[in-house]
Amino acid sequence: MKNVDILIIGGGPAGLAAGLSAKRNGIGNVLILERDKCLGGILNQCIHNGFGLHTFKEELTGPEYADRYVTMVRDEKVPFMLSTMVCDIAVDDDGDKIVTAMNKDEGMLKIKAKAVILAMGCRERPRGALSIPGTRPAGIFSAGTAQYYVNMEGRMPGKKIVILGSGDIGLIMARRLKLEGAEVLCVAEIRPQSGGLKRNIVQCLEDFDIPLYLNTTVTKVHGKDRVSGVTLSKVDENMNPIEGTERFVECDTLLLSCGLIPENELTTAAGAQIDPKTGGPVVDGMLQCSIPGLFACGNVLHVHELVDHVSAEAEKAGAFAADYVKGR
Amino acid sequence: MSRYDVVIVGAGVTGCAIARELARGQRNIAVLEKNADICEGTSKANSGIVHAGYDAKEGTLKAKLNVRGNEMMEELSKKLDFPFRRNGSLVLCFNEEDLPKLEVLKDRGEKNGVKDIQILSPEKVWEMEPNITHDLAGALFAPTGGIVCPFVMTEAFAENAAVNGVEFYFEKKVTSIEKSHEGFKVICGDEIFEAKAVINAAGVYADEIHNMVSDKKIKIVPRRGQYNLLDKKCGDFVDKTIFQLPSKLGKGILVTPTVHGNLLVGPTAEDLDDKSDTETTAEGMSKVFKEAALSTPDINKKMVITSFSGLRAHLDDASGKSDFNIGELSEAPGFFDVAGIESPGLSAAPAIGKFVADMVNRSFPVPNKTGFVETRVGIPNMANAGDDEREALIRRNPQFANVICRCEFVTEGEIVEAINRPVGAKTLDGIKRRTRAGMGRCQSGFCQPKVLEILERELGTDRGNICKAGKDSKILEGYTKEDSL
Ligand SMILES: Cc1cc2nc3c(=O)[nH]c(=O)nc-3n(C[C@H](O)[C@H](O)[C@H](O)COP(=O)(O)OP(=O)(O)OC[C@H]3O[C@@H](n4cnc5c(N)ncnc54)[C@H](O)[C@@H]3O)c2cc1C
Repeated sequence: MKNVDILIIGGGPAGLAAGLSAKRNGIGNVLILERDKCLGGILNQCIHNGFGLHTFKEELTGPEYADRYVTMVRDEKVPFMLSTMVCDIAVDDDGDKIVTAMNKDEGMLKIKAKAVILAMGCRERPRGALSIPGTRPAGIFSAGTAQYYVNMEGRMPGKKIVILGSGDIGLIMARRLKLEGAEVLCVAEIRPQSGGLKRNIVQCLEDFDIPLYLNTTVTKVHGKDRVSGVTLSKVDENMNPIEGTERFVECDTLLLSCGLIPENELTTAAGAQIDPKTGGPVVDGMLQCSIPGLFACGNVLHVHELVDHVSAEAEKAGAFAADYVKGR
Repeated sequence: MSRYDVVIVGAGVTGCAIARELARGQRNIAVLEKNADICEGTSKANSGIVHAGYDAKEGTLKAKLNVRGNEMMEELSKKLDFPFRRNGSLVLCFNEEDLPKLEVLKDRGEKNGVKDIQILSPEKVWEMEPNITHDLAGALFAPTGGIVCPFVMTEAFAENAAVNGVEFYFEKKVTSIEKSHEGFKVICGDEIFEAKAVINAAGVYADEIHNMVSDKKIKIVPRRGQYNLLDKKCGDFVDKTIFQLPSKLGKGILVTPTVHGNLLVGPTAEDLDDKSDTETTAEGMSKVFKEAALSTPDINKKMVITSFSGLRAHLDDASGKSDFNIGELSEAPGFFDVAGIESPGLSAAPAIGKFVADMVNRSFPVPNKTGFVETRVGIPNMANAGDDEREALIRRNPQFANVICRCEFVTEGEIVEAINRPVGAKTLDGIKRRTRAGMGRCQSGFCQPKVLEILERELGTDRGNICKAGKDSKILEGYTKEDSL
């Protein structure tokens, strides 16, 4: 079994900043585990700009922002392992964490850590939680998946697009798809106001004449093999569709951008308490979960608006974890 | 023209179970399926219940084949390696005055040969199932009831049939059947399959296939059932399958765990005209929850991860018997109907396979094959494997360390196997049914691009050609910037 002082789960912006901070605070024996083939997390597919104004006092794209941290991690020799999936976190009798992970070269590996920092990020709220009636054809994507196809693979998820939900990824994708040659018909938002940043509404919708329909939702998906359209309906103040307001919009793609939720399967399985409001673990002032020595930062804790805030919080988590290790 | 001894129309659980049984004999068999994969019809959208057998009227084929299928299920699930659990079932009775109806069910069950059924007091029921309503008069308990994975069960029959020589053809829609000297010409557009015997296992379309050879027309009415599937977080909300005694409100909604640990509620019952209408509706989805709340008031609606619907192949016959319609047609000897296979068709499938094979053997006897392969080993399952087993799998093939679907913990190794096995997956939905990648709470949001990439590599085709299910359901629509200049 490998022994480390601080193990960091996740190599996105939170994990990278936490690892750097732990090391800068005097704990050299740290290790970042990342399931993907490269560091940087979701930032790698966020090729738009608007990152780093607080941290670096300049506007960067997602990959650029990630690269700054990856470079620091390499320069300061913070150890990391890629393509390594953490499957389980357990706590032994001494309070040490036993983390089970797997990868192609080493098979199953067990790592003993004095402290663990959770930095697994978040994922998109799925369609199921929305339960839209109708058919189940091809052409329904989460905005993040569409972003992956377009930005990472140069492929189009469709040509005539309706977006449900005005979360930031949805807004950004409205603009991106339009720039890539798709027809973006509208963004429908069930609430009376958008959850996205004002800046994104202006720069991604208004500047491109993409209508935003508030108090509106998709009440039916049409099409047997591929999406052929959606029914939009107005909703009342309780978000229930108002009869008689239905309107058919022909399209071949429905993107869902209904917000993000912290990814806490591991945290829950480890037995840490979860805050039902944020979907993240309950933490104290030291960013420590209900299990001593288990810290959390970034979007796994709660969904942050800006990556700069994630990095700042992760820096603190790294320092707190370092203090914890020194104190033991 | 291709020549076979037997052509089976339809690769649902019925067709695949029959194919496997017939493959014991020395004969050439083809299965023709109009969809791109097995298990694309009713067999993919049902409750997944292995009924105990007290529902069907005594003396019917439904009763006989259900009870027999239930008895065969355990051993078969081991031989063919598909998920099955005998979790038991309860039929809840909410009113004192309906209690005699429970007695009727019990009596019928006993006549049908269902073992160990008993009527329980409300207290006993709450002891077993604390989440059940306190407005309860009693319940029928059938310990032999079970749950099964309908996808993997169908896959298991199909794979084992293929290993034993059965040939599967996809995207072959039977458009007409003509009698010939050899037997029948089964025509799929411009392709002809000649066969001595034809087996009609076409599910909701079995009337169309039947009517191609017979003047005694039959009619199947698709009866839709809608479901909500809930997150694994509430998979242990109940342990047994919870039915309701049919009442003024309808046939009742069931609440059951699935073999994979989700919670399933449904189905509705709506007669339709369109045999491809598997839409869900807002009314259906709310009705399911409203009625489920009679059994389990605390069910958490917010935990829905998806909803779906399936079509029962309900035989519309004047007699009102509504039994399975299985038999060789006197007006077309060599043509066997396996029609009206609505519930409990899944439970009965192993027995239907045997029953139909016996019938075909009587009319077309052939010696048994030597070397029939009885067993099948399924795709390894990393999610359920212990650390040692995981280690061994990764050593065998490092792709088992690459997790593709996070929600269900499905690895590249499993997906590659699903593609490269006999009757392998070629579509996203095919991968999903065989491995559960995309079946979890994010419903393929994260893993879809990765699954496409694997399909592209293994099938040697561009990912732009890969479909969700049928050939018109491509996932991607060309390249970026194609239309922007
Ligand atoms: C809502 C619902 C709930 C149910 N719950 C249960 C349950 O809990 N337990 C249980 O035991 N049973 C249950 N059933 C019943 C069970 O699902 C069915 O009895 C069973 O799946 C039928 O299988 P099949 O192979 O006969 O039909 P299908 O699975 O529909 O297969 C028929 C196949 O034939 C193909 N086909 C049709 N026409 C042609 C053509 N012209 N050419 C080529 N191919 C063709 C179709 O594409 C299809 O793949 C339920 C059914 C429904 C709808």
